[in-house]
Amino acid sequence: MDKFRMIFQFLQSNQESFMNGICGIMALASAQIYSAFDFNCPCLPSYNLVYGLGILLVPPFILFLLGFVLNNNVSMLAEEWRRPRGQRGKDPAVLRYMFCSMAQRAMIAPVVWVSVTLLDGKCITCAFCTSVPVEALGNASHPSLSQGEMKQVLARIPCKEIYDGQELIANEVAVRYLRCISQALGWCFVLLITTLAFLVRSLRPCFTQAAFLKSRYWSHYIDIERKLFDETCAEHARSFAKVCIQQFFEGMSTDLTAGHCHLPRKAPADAGEAAEKLLGITDRGTMNTALKSWHRCKPPLHLHPPALPSGNGWAGGGQPPAHPPAPQREMAVYYSRV
Amino acid sequence: MDRFRTIFQYFQSNSESVMNGICGLLALASIKIYICFDFSCPCLPWYNMAYGLGIMFVPPVALFLCSLIVNRQSLVMLEEWRRPQGRRKKDLAVIRYMCSSIMQRAIVAPVIWIIVALLDGKCLICAFSSSVDPEKFVGFANTSLAQVRQLLAKVPCKDDELMRNNTSRKAVTRYLRCWSQALGWSVLLILIIAVFLVRWLRPCFNQAALLQAQHWSNYIDIEQKIFEETCCEHSRLFAHKCILHFFKSMRKEIKLHSFSLPEAGEGAEGEEDLLRGITNQDQVNKLLKMWYYEKPPLDV
Repeated sequence: MDKFRMIFQFLQSNQESFMNGICGIMALASAQIYSAFDFNCPCLPSYNLVYGLGILLVPPFILFLLGFVLNNNVSMLAEEWRRPRGQRGKDPAVLRYMFCSMAQRAMIAPVVWVSVTLLDGKCITCAFCTSVPVEALGNASHPSLSQGEMKQVLARIPCKEIYDGQELIANEVAVRYLRCISQALGWCFVLLITTLAFLVRSLRPCFTQAAFLKSRYWSHYIDIERKLFDETCAEHARSFAKVCIQQFFEGMSTDLTAGHCHLPRKAPADAGEAAEKLLGITDRGTMNTALKSWHRCKPPLHLHPPALPSGNGWAGGGQPPAHPPAPQREMAVYYSRV
Repeated sequence: MDRFRTIFQYFQSNSESVMNGICGLLALASIKIYICFDFSCPCLPWYNMAYGLGIMFVPPVALFLCSLIVNRQSLVMLEEWRRPQGRRKKDLAVIRYMCSSIMQRAIVAPVIWIIVALLDGKCLICAFSSSVDPEKFVGFANTSLAQVRQLLAKVPCKDDELMRNNTSRKAVTRYLRCWSQALGWSVLLILIIAVFLVRWLRPCFNQAALLQAQHWSNYIDIEQKIFEETCCEHSRLFAHKCILHFFKSMRKEIKLHSFSLPEAGEGAEGEEDLLRGITNQDQVNKLLKMWYYEKPPLDV
């Protein structure tokens, strides 16, 4: 138990740094996925906008949801939200705190994706190449084309190999222009997000510190309570299983001693611990019978106190015990052999 | 208890070094981001200045705010500043000390970005290429004003068709880069001299007050950490008690409602204690159902 407690305390004191570590990993993963992704602008008039904006906005949404899915505390929040009231009231402030802290962490990877995409420039170049101001950047002397044809030509800007509008507007000029706009947007986005994060973090102590401390304590409490309950149940299951199996072996041993006279009697009292642990099963045939019985007829999930004669797994209870225990109320317990 | 003490001593001795470590990491991140960033000057008359100066100054602001966010002590300082007085007086000198130590650490990454940008030269070349005096450069001396602005704006783009074979382009680039690097080194020198002077002259001015402020700022930091640790420990014990109560009340309920099996003998083993009277499948199922539908009140 001591070891559990020490590990638990260590995790608790380091939970902040653990969660921050996860955020950092997700941010790096997001940047890595972007660099591994092979961006291929379609270079067709209406497809460009859809593709460009799609790559800009859909993966962040997926990463945001993934941030929630990977967070262990989501099930805790859902459980606390949906549980019946019972004897314990529900505090919406605690639920809000839990949701906010999860959402903040889930936002990091999408923000990194959007920033990296904007700073790289390919998406915006692809999406908005048909909106380049040709009058300002291009050749005024070029014979005018119809709107549709102009859009066709401009749509091929991101694909240098097939671009045929060099006389209309130079490819490098248009790409530089679009990329400059994209990078400016990217840095403004980064600045905006860091300002928001800074404001959220620094305004909190000014306004709602007491409520914050309360919500944080109770949200920690709910988490710890759930973990401790799981631990206690695991301990209980372990003891349950141990007693169940012990009673099974004792039952087997008793039945075999009763049924087969030639089996050696139970080892004398002074034979030592190792002999006791054999539970009266000391040869291959008996062991095989025990294993077969375990497979074919597992004992019911019902433990009886140790003072009672153990009739585990076998019908009837008419066998008087070899050494009657101290006088107790006797119960005849019948188990079906299935 | 020993473990607590070791952890607290670790925090106490390493709070400063943790903050210095974070400061160093952000400085390295700043350099790395600058290197990875693909600088591409638009080479258009008004856009150049906006882009060049934007890349020079906007990321440092973002890095500064980031350093403040990541530094735990800024929250501690804000809480100390805004707390109600209560029974403990507030010492403004301590708050000022904390503020200055936070600012000093936060300013490192932005300054590094600016210095690296100046030493590299691309930002200044992009921003000020249209502002050089065309008379100084042979290739641009005899063109009309409007044209020269356009041409000079294209200087940072060496692959542009107009600039590909222009020898004066290199002259302009070298000239601006020289200015940029001189500015970068000067800024670095001034900063280092300033830091040097501050560190050397500080003990001459009010060292005792400084030591006091340092001690109490450290104290506030540790006190908050210990408070959080104690709250965690308390909530763990609270939860433990709550769950034990819950199991006990389930045991009582089972005894009331089912055929009472005989009590365990006097020589009850340790395992029986751990089973807490819950010894069959129905009882376990009932316990789990009760746990979900009716959590026990927070009252031990």
